[in-house]
Amino acid sequence: MSGNRHVVIIGNGISGVTCARNLRKLDENVRITLVSGESKFFFSRTALMYVYMGHMKFEHTQPYENWFWEKNRLELKEAWVKEIDYSSKQIIFQSGEKLAYDDLVIAVGSKPNKFGWKGQDLKGVQGLYSKQDLELMESNTQSGVSRAVIVGGGLIGIEMAEMLAYKKIPVSFLVREAGFWDNILPKEESALVGKHILEHHIDLRLESELEEIIGDESGRVKAVRTKSGEEIPCQFVGLTAGVSPNIDFLKGSELLTNRGVKVNLSFETNIPNVYAIGDCAEFDQSPAEDRRPIEQVWYTGRMHGETLAQTLAGRPTSYKPGHWFNSAKFLDIEYQTYGTVPASWDSSRVDSFYWEHSGGKIAFRMLLDKSGTLLGINNFGFRLRHEFFDRALSEKWSGTKVIANLAKANFDPEFFAPYYIEIQKEFKNQFGGDFKVSKPSFIQKLFGASV
Amino acid sequence: MKLIQKLGLILFLIGLGSFILIPFLGNYSLDKELVLANTKDIHQAKMAEILEPMYGESYSSNFTFLNAFGDYFNTYNDQLKAEANWDQVIWDDYSFSLALAGLDSPVKDDPWMFFALSIGLAVLGGIFYNLPKYQGEPEGIKNNGIFHSSMKNRGILGMITGSFLILFYILLYWFPAYLVTLVAMVSPISEMLSGNPASQWFLYGLIYTLAIIVMGVRMFRKYRGNKYQQLRTASVMFFQTAFAFLIPEILVLLNQPYFDFKNIWPLDYDFFYDYQISTFLSSGGVGMFMLIWGILLIIVGVPVFTYFFGKRWYCSWVCGCGGLAETVGDPYRQLSDKSLKAWKYERYIIHGVLVLAVVMTLVTIANYFSGFSFLGNATNQLHSFYGFAIGSAFAGVVGTGFYPFMGNRVWCRFGCPLAAYLGLVQRFKSRFRITTNGGQCISCGNCSTYCEMGIDVRAYAQKGQNIVRSSCVGCGVCSAVCPRGVLKLENGSEENRITDFPILIGNDSVKLNA
Repeated sequence: MSGNRHVVIIGNGISGVTCARNLRKLDENVRITLVSGESKFFFSRTALMYVYMGHMKFEHTQPYENWFWEKNRLELKEAWVKEIDYSSKQIIFQSGEKLAYDDLVIAVGSKPNKFGWKGQDLKGVQGLYSKQDLELMESNTQSGVSRAVIVGGGLIGIEMAEMLAYKKIPVSFLVREAGFWDNILPKEESALVGKHILEHHIDLRLESELEEIIGDESGRVKAVRTKSGEEIPCQFVGLTAGVSPNIDFLKGSELLTNRGVKVNLSFETNIPNVYAIGDCAEFDQSPAEDRRPIEQVWYTGRMHGETLAQTLAGRPTSYKPGHWFNSAKFLDIEYQTYGTVPASWDSSRVDSFYWEHSGGKIAFRMLLDKSGTLLGINNFGFRLRHEFFDRALSEKWSGTKVIANLAKANFDPEFFAPYYIEIQKEFKNQFGGDFKVSKPSFIQKLFGASV
Repeated sequence: MKLIQKLGLILFLIGLGSFILIPFLGNYSLDKELVLANTKDIHQAKMAEILEPMYGESYSSNFTFLNAFGDYFNTYNDQLKAEANWDQVIWDDYSFSLALAGLDSPVKDDPWMFFALSIGLAVLGGIFYNLPKYQGEPEGIKNNGIFHSSMKNRGILGMITGSFLILFYILLYWFPAYLVTLVAMVSPISEMLSGNPASQWFLYGLIYTLAIIVMGVRMFRKYRGNKYQQLRTASVMFFQTAFAFLIPEILVLLNQPYFDFKNIWPLDYDFFYDYQISTFLSSGGVGMFMLIWGILLIIVGVPVFTYFFGKRWYCSWVCGCGGLAETVGDPYRQLSDKSLKAWKYERYIIHGVLVLAVVMTLVTIANYFSGFSFLGNATNQLHSFYGFAIGSAFAGVVGTGFYPFMGNRVWCRFGCPLAAYLGLVQRFKSRFRITTNGGQCISCGNCSTYCEMGIDVRAYAQKGQNIVRSSCVGCGVCSAVCPRGVLKLENGSEENRITDFPILIGNDSVKLNA
């Protein structure tokens, strides 16, 4: 083995593991080591909430069986990294042990944001990102919590609210903005999710900002105070106001960092043979017009890993993401998005079509440019086909063409109500268009799949 | 838990407790007339003689009665066996019929009251418990707490439930004489339906059907908002109640052969047994129709329906075993083993059973046409081996008794020869597949966890690969529990159904095969 090039990847999340797997496929001989102090084996971070709620055991979150790593000669090193000596090309672990590398990939992910709130480090106050966070949350909420407060209205916040609801712990959910996740979701969608949160008896408080977290004599949280002066007694506080790159241990060295590790579109840092991917990488330019310099999504992490593996296998490749897509589940409501749908837009340049089901849990939004070409869609409460919209975006379909073909985009299970028919009717109402509204199939009529 | 649910649980437990206690109620006694009336002509004189010491004795429990019966009967038989006097040995087991005839029990005097107290209360309690579930909560599938549950995650309650089921199946298949009180209890129902007194199989069929109905109600509640789950649950409830339970009994009432029109060889492994064939052939047009219908299902029904819809048309919409697995077994679906190793065992075992069933049937048919000459003994040996090992031990004891240990589809996954046959068609010639939605998978593992067949669905979904697996019964739960809308059961063109080199959409940097 000693003669082989050694690629060391710090972090075994989706980015690091995807990079390792793809590199192994492209290169039989390279030595690959995955380093993680969090967990020896790769697990799906997005599934931590399900472990807490008893939907799964932790082992179910591991996409590969334990023999997989040895079979593919992916060495696993379970240790925390203390620092990196770039000049001698080695990693120094907290134990003092060292590991030499030829190529180094930094894929260390994120950590929950803490904005210097007073009391943010009290016992019972935490974020939710890592396996250790999950274990901490389990012990923090084991008993004696009669109310919890969640600070920050994003995806992890609503997950945490759902988790606490499972334990029947009443939750006050403080959101600084006027609507839930309203920096991403347009007003109507944000309101739709907000209503659903209230339906689940979660005390959603919009335009509420945290002032300080108050502890008792033992250093445990006993209440929070909001900017408006209200004091909410609580024994648990979830900090979910976003995440930021987990790179404190890398700062102050010759590695160039800003919020994240600075990289170009080939994931190269300022130091030769050192790369960064995933949540912790900060591009020196946006990868595409609608993209941010730090991408903190499962899918982008995966793509970073796929792309860098090519470069490491001797096929220099720079990152060129395709059309944006994303998904989430807000309690019971699924959400998908394809293309570009920002929270707000300039109506002199963009047209919006919005349909919402009378039940208030199913919705469809489509943005078009002034020539009628598709920009992107949001769908809530029903499922749409990625392939369909990827093609429509690539081929610059008109909104009318998208709607006319919407039956083919449907990805709901069989016998589900054909919402696309209602959407087609509404589009005809608002925008006109020369196309035929789909007819419900015989089966749909037979089983009364009413909209 | 709501008050009515608590009440339901209490009623269910009282019903279950009564059901367990009822076999202990009553006395047993024999006299000569009873023995003569319940034995075959050729055995009458001998049996009357063997059992003579029991006449006039009153036995206060089934244990003492069956012990005494066993002592006298075995003493006689063992001696003949020791002398190799095979012609004289009595091979028939009269313990069940004599225990039933010799039973004197309050249950026999007042069967409806005891029925109401046991099965009746259990059913009522089950419905009270299930119907109000998730009331006042928004629609959506909640798997909350499953792995924190003693019942559903191999805790003490699961162990007790599994042990109870195993014990029940062992008694039912091999020691039914211990259950005669329960059989006597349901006899009036049997007489209403078919005009005949009940056997242990009627008791079993009745409980089986009621269990599917009560737990079907649970499915309606649990999968609210999912039309696919609702419809397929209604379908298995209907096919069990009508086709497996009522129609065969009514056929008997009309002097026709007992026949389940939806049971298909080789699951229905005795379809080609000589006594079945002669029943069909001696029952006129109806018998002939049954024979032809059964054969058409095998050679046309299975391939055609499976080509268009996948094996789900049978396994999770029609089949009785599937019906029980999908209703009573649903709380245990997450216990199936997802490892690659389990998949390897699965393929050897299930196809082994299929080969065994086919060989046994071929020998049976050859024997039938060769006039029972040289294959007679081999056929009988094969039948009794298959009936014991596969028909009873595997399908019954393991198949249902292991729900709380290995998940609800142990039989369907590892043992059912019909599932193996359907699976071969599904794998190689079908329009059915589960498609994955581009790059949307987040590898969370809900799909794999809740796959009752132990398919590692996520392994496909995260690669963007269609799931084409012979074992998939198309229950649709992977799709139902996916939080990101990734999985969809579809029937479509065979072209591109199997994607060996899938591509995940969304990354234009590389076009690579994940």
